[in-house]
Amino acid sequence: MLRLSHVSKTFNPGTVNAKQALTDLNLNVNDGDFITIIGANGAGKSTLFNAIAGSFITDSGQIILDDTDITLMPEHIRAHRIGRLFQDPMRGTAAGMTIEENLTLAAGKGGWLSHIDRKQREEFREILSRLDMGLEDRMKQPMGLLSGGQRQAVTLLMATINPPSVLLLDEHTAALDPAAADKVLKITREVVRQEHLTCLMITHNMESALSTGNRTLMMSDGNIVVDVSGEERDRLQVEDLLNMFSEASGKKLDTDRILLKEGGK
Amino acid sequence: MNLADMGPLLQTALELGLFSALTVLALYLSYSMLNVCDLSTDGCFTMGACVGAVVAISGHPFLSIIAAMGVGILSGFIVAILQTKMGVESLLAGIIVNTGWYSLNIAIMGNASLLNMNKTETVFTKLKDVLDGTIISDAYRLIIALIAVTLVVVFLSFFLRTRLGLAIRATGNNPDMVKSSSINPAFTTIVGLCISNSFTALGGCLLAQSQKSVNIDIGSGMVTIALASLLIGEAVMSKGGITLRAVGAVIGAFIFRLVYTIALRFHMPAYMLKLVSSIIVIVAISGPYFKKRLPLIKRSLALKKQGIDGEGRADA
Repeated sequence: MLRLSHVSKTFNPGTVNAKQALTDLNLNVNDGDFITIIGANGAGKSTLFNAIAGSFITDSGQIILDDTDITLMPEHIRAHRIGRLFQDPMRGTAAGMTIEENLTLAAGKGGWLSHIDRKQREEFREILSRLDMGLEDRMKQPMGLLSGGQRQAVTLLMATINPPSVLLLDEHTAALDPAAADKVLKITREVVRQEHLTCLMITHNMESALSTGNRTLMMSDGNIVVDVSGEERDRLQVEDLLNMFSEASGKKLDTDRILLKEGGK
Repeated sequence: MNLADMGPLLQTALELGLFSALTVLALYLSYSMLNVCDLSTDGCFTMGACVGAVVAISGHPFLSIIAAMGVGILSGFIVAILQTKMGVESLLAGIIVNTGWYSLNIAIMGNASLLNMNKTETVFTKLKDVLDGTIISDAYRLIIALIAVTLVVVFLSFFLRTRLGLAIRATGNNPDMVKSSSINPAFTTIVGLCISNSFTALGGCLLAQSQKSVNIDIGSGMVTIALASLLIGEAVMSKGGITLRAVGAVIGAFIFRLVYTIALRFHMPAYMLKLVSSIIVIVAISGPYFKKRLPLIKRSLALKKQGIDGEGRADA
């Protein structure tokens, strides 16, 4: 349903700072996949997401989503079918506007001159109460008053209020404290399961990369070097994954920023 | 100054404050909501005055107001297209348009830099005739300004709560979030600037018609004056909803004019107006900045006192 063929992107081409961020990358995402992605800094994980979401147009290659060629489509039009969360909880919401105003924009229902009505408020109240954070009683408060975890949870609601064809999660729990990260990850799993979403999630936690979803990719130098799923993946331990990585990429995974196990123990 | 002077003084301040409040409300939309500093304000204000005057002189008092607002929309559209579709930096787009409009405005006035409306029928003369002989016959300027400002405030408090209005506010807040809501921030910027500039042009048109003349300098410095009023208003109404903050902008315009009018009474020369507005803007913007830096400055002063060289400290 999402297919990238021979996608390449070079930043600052023709200068001394030229960096090939994606190198002839091929990826076929199946309907209903929940893919976790790991890789060292600069491996191209976020660049891959930027290419899919349309933050830049790729230099070459083709991106197909639901039988539509989106290679040259502007970002805000792709956003109809692509939901996205960033590491920074501030990026997904407008801090100066209230929770319900943020949700209204994300829902995108009604004409340009329509106001929030009671029915919509009821809907928002209902989905907010599912978060179990008491936000349903704070709908008229500015987003900026919420904690990082709460903002990220609301951003997740906003990204999935109209179920997207594909949901991109770019280390969306990495900036949160452990308790909030757990909670947001739990909500993420629930939402993905309930809405049968196809989802790609970048994580720096190898353990949760293996325990979440049905497929794991490892990236190195702008390409996918490991792609495991199914029974093979179920049997994998973190050590096996590290071995597969060094075998495939010819180098050791730089684990400075990567948590091998839960809590880094 | 005795009490008998206060009445007319207040009325003048209120009138002038309300006329400039239209531009302040325009900046409330473009500067506070959309986060665009629209430097074409001066040129657009003058253009509204010129077009309004030319149409009124040709015998269409009501049409002149619509024409002025229309030309404001056009002006805002061009500034917005320059910055969203043609890669011109936002501030530069305003400056360029401003410069270009100077020539256009002279052309609109028929190769003149001054137009007289002493015998022209305008909404002001019409209302004056209606009120003739009543106790409020003097208040016709005030009434029209009040109606215009009220309409704009009511419109803004309705519009900024619509989905389009929310999208415009979000564009100033977090353009990334607007894109991920499948809305093109270029579109919201264009709509926002068209609307704000229609208010600016309306302000220019009404001011010119109320003083029965327009000259090419009528709008010069308007952006700073309006910004000063807006920042005063935000200090007065820092908390509160969209409507209250819009009312705050109007109050800010009034306070600014009141202080200025009183200063004139104390023999401050009239040409000081623009310097005063510049200083108000500087204080209002730099004040919070220095307030934030104050702890750092205090610490480095304390270090100096102890004889420790403050060099090499982290600069905030």
